[in-house]
Amino acid sequence: MSLSLSRRRAFLLALEIGTPILVVVLWYALSANSTSFYFPPLSRMLDSFKDNWLFARFSSDVIPSLVRLILGYVISVAVAVPFGVLLGLSPTARRATSPIVEFLRAIPAPALIPFGIVVMGIGNTMKIFIIVMVCVWPIMLNTIDGIRAVDPQLIDTAKAYRTGTWDRLRYVILPAAMPQIFAGMRTSLSLAVILMVISEMVASTNGIGYFVLQSQRTFAIPDMWSGIILLGLLGFGLNVLFGIFESRALAWHRGARSAAR
Amino acid sequence: MLLEVTGLNKTYGQGPGATEAVHNLTFGVQESEFACIVGPSGCGKTTLLRCLAGLLPATRGEVTLRGQRVDRTPDDMALVFQEYSRSLFPWMTVRENVAFPLKRKKHSKAKVKELVDRSLTAVRLDQFADHYPWQLSGGMQQRVAIARALAYEPAILLMDEPFASLDAQTRADLEDLTLQLRTEFGVTIVFVTHDIDEAVYLADRVIALTQRPTQVQEILDIPLPRQRDQLTTKELPEFTQLRAHVYRLIKRPDEVSGRQQPSALTRA
Repeated sequence: MSLSLSRRRAFLLALEIGTPILVVVLWYALSANSTSFYFPPLSRMLDSFKDNWLFARFSSDVIPSLVRLILGYVISVAVAVPFGVLLGLSPTARRATSPIVEFLRAIPAPALIPFGIVVMGIGNTMKIFIIVMVCVWPIMLNTIDGIRAVDPQLIDTAKAYRTGTWDRLRYVILPAAMPQIFAGMRTSLSLAVILMVISEMVASTNGIGYFVLQSQRTFAIPDMWSGIILLGLLGFGLNVLFGIFESRALAWHRGARSAAR
Repeated sequence: MLLEVTGLNKTYGQGPGATEAVHNLTFGVQESEFACIVGPSGCGKTTLLRCLAGLLPATRGEVTLRGQRVDRTPDDMALVFQEYSRSLFPWMTVRENVAFPLKRKKHSKAKVKELVDRSLTAVRLDQFADHYPWQLSGGMQQRVAIARALAYEPAILLMDEPFASLDAQTRADLEDLTLQLRTEFGVTIVFVTHDIDEAVYLADRVIALTQRPTQVQEILDIPLPRQRDQLTTKELPEFTQLRAHVYRLIKRPDEVSGRQQPSALTRA
């Protein structure tokens, strides 16, 4: 029983790793003789990938993109969590701000790019601003919901033992809301990548998004593809990193959930 | 009297839509007494307990502990709730859970460790200090909650149907453990339950409540020998009589001679 279970697990793992490899091999083989201008052979894309990203353009395009992405994301978290906690705790503050929050959240961030360019130019500030304008909302709204959903019994317990307001927030309310805060952070991470690319395509002098658009404009199609592949890998890698971070920080949550089943 | 409840009333809402949960309660609990508050299901026991603990403000009347009015949970009062899984912090280990309320007491590290170790040993969980609550069975989790209350060194321990969600055998074990801890730690216990057997078995005094809106129906001394045993105590004729009496009070209040039950009649 346990042997067949571990076998099944090994099989699933092999499937998880094997399938993408198979797809790439097939793509490589089937595209080898491609003469299409728009869909060059994978081998040519990989050559461009090597020429561009290992590591000729790494510091000129990848680093600036990563800086925008990380700064925008970190600022979003740093702004959204405290505000979310405040709004989650105070029904009055929630009422007062909810129309504003809903309005700001409804503005499609790319619509702010023209404003950003006029006020902040086409440098990093504008791009980080655009990323923050999008990424704060999922984190903030999830934080509000997470704080509101904290089991009142836990809060009563803390109160009964006369835990001070700050300790109650720090050791009881915040940890209890953490799973949902993380859910918001995960959503925002993908959004940050999207907004980084968009802002670089509209107005920039470097960055991966800029590179993809420039390559297309100069008909350097394999280069363009290499940029797209890099963005896919970047998003995938960030998600994996986030997953590792989350499973460390919320180990108790996973354990408690599987114990409840 | 250690704990005194005088004319306690709790009404939710106002005007015609108001519901009276606790009508008028007056009773006292003495130092080192084991008092069981027993009442029919849904009679407002939890409301009462929250008022006793200062977690819920009373509409009228007052609760005092050593003469001090209770308007928040007093320093030397600890609580054990029914739903252990919702009162232990799942992100803390057993040890951290027990130590958490001690943070504000500003004990030395050694003192905290001593208190935590002592109370975990008392509930026989010293081997599980570094486990998380969700890795333990329900009975063990409730023992963690009890250990947390004991480490807090309270003069009075309020327990709100603490064993209601446990199976019968675990419940019997924890009842005996509670009696043992009461002697070992010399703590006064107010124990709320709807289980009549449990109330008579544990208590020095049973406070029987009526249906909603709750008032005291009868306060009953339990003159059973102090040393209780699940088998021999429950075989005593006195136990059976007391149990039957409390059962009548709770389940068939109309049969109890000379005692009218206005609320039950008007609500029937």
